[in-house]
Amino acid sequence: MSPKYVGQRISRTEDPRLLTGQALFVDDVNIPGMLHAAFLRSDYAHARLNSIDVSAARSRPGVIAVYTAQDMGDAWQHGPPLVIPPPTIQNMVFHTRTQVPLVKDKVRLIGEPLAVVIAESRYIAEDALEDIIADLQPLEAVGDLERALRPGAPLVHEELGSNLAAHFFQEKGNYKSARQQADLVIQKRILIDRGIAAAMENRGIVAHWDPKSQRLTLWDTTQSPIPIRNGLAGMFGLAEHQVRVIAPFVGGGFGPKIMMFYAEEMVLTWATLQIGRPIKWIEDRRENFYATTQERGQVHDAEMALTSDGRILGVRDSFLHDTGAYDPYGLTIPLNTQCHVLGPYDVPNYYAETTVVFTNRMIATPVRGAGRPQGVFVVERLLDLAARKLDMDRVEIRKRNLLPPDVFPYNNQIIDQAFAPLVLDSGNYLPLLEQAATRIGYQPFIREEQPRLRAEGKHVGIGVVMFIETTGVGPYEGARVTVEASGRISVATGVGTQGQGHFTSFAQIVADQLGVNIRDVELVTGDTAEFHWGTGTFASRGAVVAANAIHAAARAVRGKILRLASKVLEAPEEELELADGQVRVADMPEKSISLGKLAVLANPLRGAVQPGTEPGLEATDYFGPQYGATAAGAHAMILEVDPETMMVEIKRYVAVEDCGTVLNPLILDGQVHGGVALGIGNSYYEKLVFDDNGQLLNASLADYLIAAATEVPRIEVGHGYTLSPLNPLGTKGAGEAGTLPVPALFAQALEDALADHRLEVVEMPLSPNRLFELLQAAQESASGR
Amino acid sequence: MSVHPIAVTINGKAEYLEVPAHMTLLQMLRDRLALTGTKNGCEAGECGACTVLLDGQPVNSCLVLAVEVDGRQVVTVEGLAQDGTLSGLQQAFIEHNAVQCGFCTPGMLISSQALLARNPSPDEDAIKEALLGNLCRCTGYGRIIQAIQDVARGGGAS
Ligand code: FES
Ligand code: FES
Repeated sequence: MSPKYVGQRISRTEDPRLLTGQALFVDDVNIPGMLHAAFLRSDYAHARLNSIDVSAARSRPGVIAVYTAQDMGDAWQHGPPLVIPPPTIQNMVFHTRTQVPLVKDKVRLIGEPLAVVIAESRYIAEDALEDIIADLQPLEAVGDLERALRPGAPLVHEELGSNLAAHFFQEKGNYKSARQQADLVIQKRILIDRGIAAAMENRGIVAHWDPKSQRLTLWDTTQSPIPIRNGLAGMFGLAEHQVRVIAPFVGGGFGPKIMMFYAEEMVLTWATLQIGRPIKWIEDRRENFYATTQERGQVHDAEMALTSDGRILGVRDSFLHDTGAYDPYGLTIPLNTQCHVLGPYDVPNYYAETTVVFTNRMIATPVRGAGRPQGVFVVERLLDLAARKLDMDRVEIRKRNLLPPDVFPYNNQIIDQAFAPLVLDSGNYLPLLEQAATRIGYQPFIREEQPRLRAEGKHVGIGVVMFIETTGVGPYEGARVTVEASGRISVATGVGTQGQGHFTSFAQIVADQLGVNIRDVELVTGDTAEFHWGTGTFASRGAVVAANAIHAAARAVRGKILRLASKVLEAPEEELELADGQVRVADMPEKSISLGKLAVLANPLRGAVQPGTEPGLEATDYFGPQYGATAAGAHAMILEVDPETMMVEIKRYVAVEDCGTVLNPLILDGQVHGGVALGIGNSYYEKLVFDDNGQLLNASLADYLIAAATEVPRIEVGHGYTLSPLNPLGTKGAGEAGTLPVPALFAQALEDALADHRLEVVEMPLSPNRLFELLQAAQESASGR
Repeated sequence: MSVHPIAVTINGKAEYLEVPAHMTLLQMLRDRLALTGTKNGCEAGECGACTVLLDGQPVNSCLVLAVEVDGRQVVTVEGLAQDGTLSGLQQAFIEHNAVQCGFCTPGMLISSQALLARNPSPDEDAIKEALLGNLCRCTGYGRIIQAIQDVARGGGAS
């Protein structure tokens, strides 16, 4: 059977609903009798809560209830740790501190909720917030990662005696002795700052406890509905079957929507259980800057030891990681950083040391990239600075260090975010680098075009970088595929979807297996009433883990179809084919039966069946990979800097990606485009600005700039196709890849554009202002010399 | 709180409502008329998810009061398809994969529609300019621009 759909540019089946305003998002849920919630949030990043008086708020007309931590009684509990630290790493220090639903005695992060008002309307609820008197005694805030660890620093969690959340190291080979052999050691301090995910849809929840049916329904903008259901059931003493969590259309996830539990999820569920009426809370944009998780803050002291011909002997990277006030997400982010410093390169000796620090900031959990962009930035910067010192071409130094195609599977000997050894399953890196360099015209540009443009006084630069992306990690996903009596196929899976085109790409797999039109495949995702098992949409795993589970379930149904059809059509299974929604005997098209009819036969209403017969044409199956599949890529860009305004224009952008089998190139390329756009923001526009008191100074989309249409260039996408041997489809994830290399690429191209200034970029994100400062500093140090 | 009667044509249909003075057009559409296709991304004029046509001009409906639309014409995303047939722009958005999560999409469609109405053959810069007020976090904009160009080449939004 040749695939008809997998690999094709199939337009998305979910689009008509989204384009006509008929797709249900959480904020569109409207239930008779629904109440509205608003949260009182701390204006201080760090403060003691001496007392809180909500009596005036309670007596405001239209207010149904006001709750504080005290009111929750025994239901007040810390959220569960979402990710535990890897048990496989030795000598680890890890202090678990998880978030609270409402502040009881101490505020640990700016915007932490102190109380909730439930009222007839959001207007009334917000007005009532003004009636609450919270006696907060401000404390010195913890923000700077190095100062946080000094003796005498204010403490986020006093009982720990320091702000150290975790400490661990991993080693491959022996860096110390490698360093002694080195001709050149590049040593740098590298800073990466915090940003937000800024999904266009803010978070939101509608929680509805129906006392008559004794059922709790939660519409939630989550990336992981099944764990939310299981967790809430456990937390509030309900049976799992009493709780239904629905993640309908979700307006972008990018990581933070995988977090559980947010304070609001715990509080709204508890509140509806008290009141017995539906309650809606929709985060407003300003709240999104405080109440939704963030990422990227790290300080690296990194060094690379090389030979005089540019070969890496080893890398040492010791870094601080900002986890915010709590650490429910374990070590996923810093582990990703450690792993991605190794990149696609042959690094025989590596020492990585991570210190995780508590600060008075929002919790850090993965944001598209999840620690990987920081790792990519570190290794690519070190290579660039080494190339500069060695007077070597930037593409050449990478070529010299790439892992060759015959080493796979390649064990990098450290533990990754999935607690398994970092084994690169497959790859062919050199062609990716060459493709990116050729497409952008690297050689002609540096030989002819750039000198010509420079002579015209233009500041143009080119960059070429590489990266790997660990994707598609376990543990598992599952799916159920059913042929309905109408002949239509329904597919249910546990992962939620936030715009990745799952409705289409997953349907393509099923349509090919069962020989039906893709329009006859109906996918249900993100509703716990439809599928019971699963973990969620994260770590670029939809196209790997969920897709292979769907593939397995579809194959099982195909087997059932063939067995039954063989009896009905009185022909051996080998002679049957599935096409056009029919099973037919090859070469005898008149001998056929439709899938719908077969489904009816598979579910008899009277009579007897053979013992052991399963009804229906339906199968449930699961997929869990041994370890993750590693994608790779090379990106290249040409940019121009206006030295007057420091504005940057990206002239060309090339992204070459290898994520194994491509299910749908239209969707895949779209993922790359969006990833790059976020990476551009991460490089030059987006940075959360905090003052010394931990106040966030730019909490709006007018002050925190995400890339608009004018900032994103046309992105040319190229591909490599190294199939993963770890799953039957051969896929690797692609959701985050686009974002990973952009800051490193941006830095390289900027340095090249401003080569006459001897600029060195060892921090991200930059901004026009910051670039101006860096150039000033470079000038001063040059003239001072 | 004062309440005002208004008469407004929405997607070609006359509506008579009583609205409080502080109610925004966005709230009126979503909460009173169940036209939830128009999205709320910021309620502050920063994201463009709430864009609708007011007398043919694109506006952020979160910044317009419901009382201001008395006697005027509003078109929302629900009014773009005619008798179940998608508009040329909607069709082009599908063909070019200009939609990912779809949250910005209603606003994008309205802004593009307005652009093509005033400039049937915009160049790339004009398109980018017209979309400046519409943020998208998923697509990187390229596909949206292509979809608009495609419709422009075919002779304007139908
Ligand atoms: S909701 Fe109106 S501009 Fe964002
Ligand atoms: S498609 Fe998600 S914000 Fe534009």
